[in-house]
Amino acid sequence: MSKLVLARGLAALIAVIGLAVVPYAIGEVYYVNIASQVLLYAIFALGLNILVGYAGLVSLGHAGLFGIAAYVAAYLLVAGSGHVLAIAAALLASLLATAGFAALSLRSTGITFIMITLALGEIIWGLAYRWISLTNGDNGITVPARPAPFGIALGSARAFYVATLIVFLIAIVASGIFVRSPFGAALRGARDQPRRMSALGYHVWMIRFWAFMFSGLLSAIAGVLFVYYNQFISPQALALTASAESLLMVISGGAGTLLGPVVGAALVVIVKNVVSAYVERWNFMLGAIFVAIVVFMPEGLVPGIARLTGALWRSRGKANLPMTAGPQQ
Amino acid sequence: MTFWLLLTVNSVTFGGLLFLLSAGFSLIFGLMRIPNLTHGSMFMLGAYFGTTLLSGVLGFRFDFWLAAIVCAIEVAVLGALMERLLLRRLAGQQLAQVLVTLGVSFMVADLCLMGWGGDPISVATPAGLNGFIRFGTAVFPLYRLAVIAIAVIFALALWLMLERTRLGAMIRAGVDDPQMARVVGIRVSQLFTIVFALGAGLAGFAGLIGGPILSVYPGIDQDMLPLALVVVILGGTGSLLGSFVGSIVIGFIYNFGQALLPELAYFILFLPMVLVLVLRPQGLFGGQIL
Repeated sequence: MSKLVLARGLAALIAVIGLAVVPYAIGEVYYVNIASQVLLYAIFALGLNILVGYAGLVSLGHAGLFGIAAYVAAYLLVAGSGHVLAIAAALLASLLATAGFAALSLRSTGITFIMITLALGEIIWGLAYRWISLTNGDNGITVPARPAPFGIALGSARAFYVATLIVFLIAIVASGIFVRSPFGAALRGARDQPRRMSALGYHVWMIRFWAFMFSGLLSAIAGVLFVYYNQFISPQALALTASAESLLMVISGGAGTLLGPVVGAALVVIVKNVVSAYVERWNFMLGAIFVAIVVFMPEGLVPGIARLTGALWRSRGKANLPMTAGPQQ
Repeated sequence: MTFWLLLTVNSVTFGGLLFLLSAGFSLIFGLMRIPNLTHGSMFMLGAYFGTTLLSGVLGFRFDFWLAAIVCAIEVAVLGALMERLLLRRLAGQQLAQVLVTLGVSFMVADLCLMGWGGDPISVATPAGLNGFIRFGTAVFPLYRLAVIAIAVIFALALWLMLERTRLGAMIRAGVDDPQMARVVGIRVSQLFTIVFALGAGLAGFAGLIGGPILSVYPGIDQDMLPLALVVVILGGTGSLLGSFVGSIVIGFIYNFGQALLPELAYFILFLPMVLVLVLRPQGLFGGQIL
């Protein structure tokens, strides 16, 4: 056991060091920016994954929560407020909206839940698109400058990448603690056996509500990073396509795993940005990947590859496995 | 006065178009229990196929109505293929089915962009319906009135089909209780293909019929799909009467909202959907198919 923990810790350490040296290993600003995008979308996907993977509730309106944070931050920054106030207000506004989303949508599960979140997401998008006096409509809002926390300017691609990495690491560690906590276990229980959990005295609705809030918080953080990254926000970032893309990240990587959404975010961002330079029809590719994953690898890339390599492993050394494999350890 | 009258006629016309789009959506939703997120794509495909047919294929220029029927059949075949080849593999997994329709809608949108380019294509009003009807001071385009008539004819035809034919009885049984329908010997999975093709065909037909009013442009799928969703949620899934009433109501809300409160147009459009989902999830006419 302790060996496993040690190995995992070592792998995590190597991964973190690897991520930290990315901007120095790849010199080009373009690729550093792509890496920042991967990380910020990974935070968004981690947030959606809490709901999709661990609570079993598929949301098609998360771009709305992401967008509210981005718009509030952008609006306040343009109005001349400081970064701390803008970020705090953005997160608070998005959390309030999340509470509203949760209160309305958690009356149901399954397909109805998808439809309610979709409608709520469309409402937010519609407001951003049409409430021109507030949001400047399709022209969007341009944010003057990135912040300089502790006197470190984030204007350059590298500095912004490092800041995003720090936020990302906090987000993934927080997600890990969240899902491994007793609350996370209760959440999975509510996903798999809601009636039994009720019978055991758990307040299933409340469990789902707080999971939704945590999910909304991560989405809002990603939204704030997004607006600082692009220094621009327009209704496109809130459209149904954006919600669908974030869902694609979660499901392609593997819903209900910690690393899945990160891999999914990397896949989608890379297909969108890097592959699109070579293949004109990247949107088609994105759809095709989505369909292929749902049909052939419904559990997602991370568990899917683990399963495939596991099967390979097992077919090589059949003899000693039946006793050692399994949940009894 | 003229303004209000025109707005009302436009609302009813748009409602009629929405009915053609959402009747199939509603039947698919009622029978298969999934929102078919490619329905907007079917609408767009029908419209684009129509523009190609109208501009002539192999030297043969199609008449508008013939083109509408041909593209309805084309889209129906595509719908049947999609149901057979993709959704059938995922039978019983509703979530996976919804996600597949979402993925396919991405693909169709991109293929249309590749095939027909990014510029909007306008569709000429069919010959004979270019005129106007004067009613006092108001002037109504003849084509818009024709769209209302078409929607009413289709509503009646669908009603007769569901009420009076054997196929209709089987569909009603399938919507009502698929397991029991299977027990009494109805091949529900075959119904899935038929209804999916029918719904797709209707959407494709609506695409070209809507062409002279809306024109055809990339992104029209994403504009129409949410409207169909709102209509069906409002009216109740699987209910023909519900989608008819829902279409007219949404036609009014959409047109009046755009004209009077443009800033909040989408807000007042989707608010009824949220309210119905929260307060009356089966829809206003849920539970009754006709």
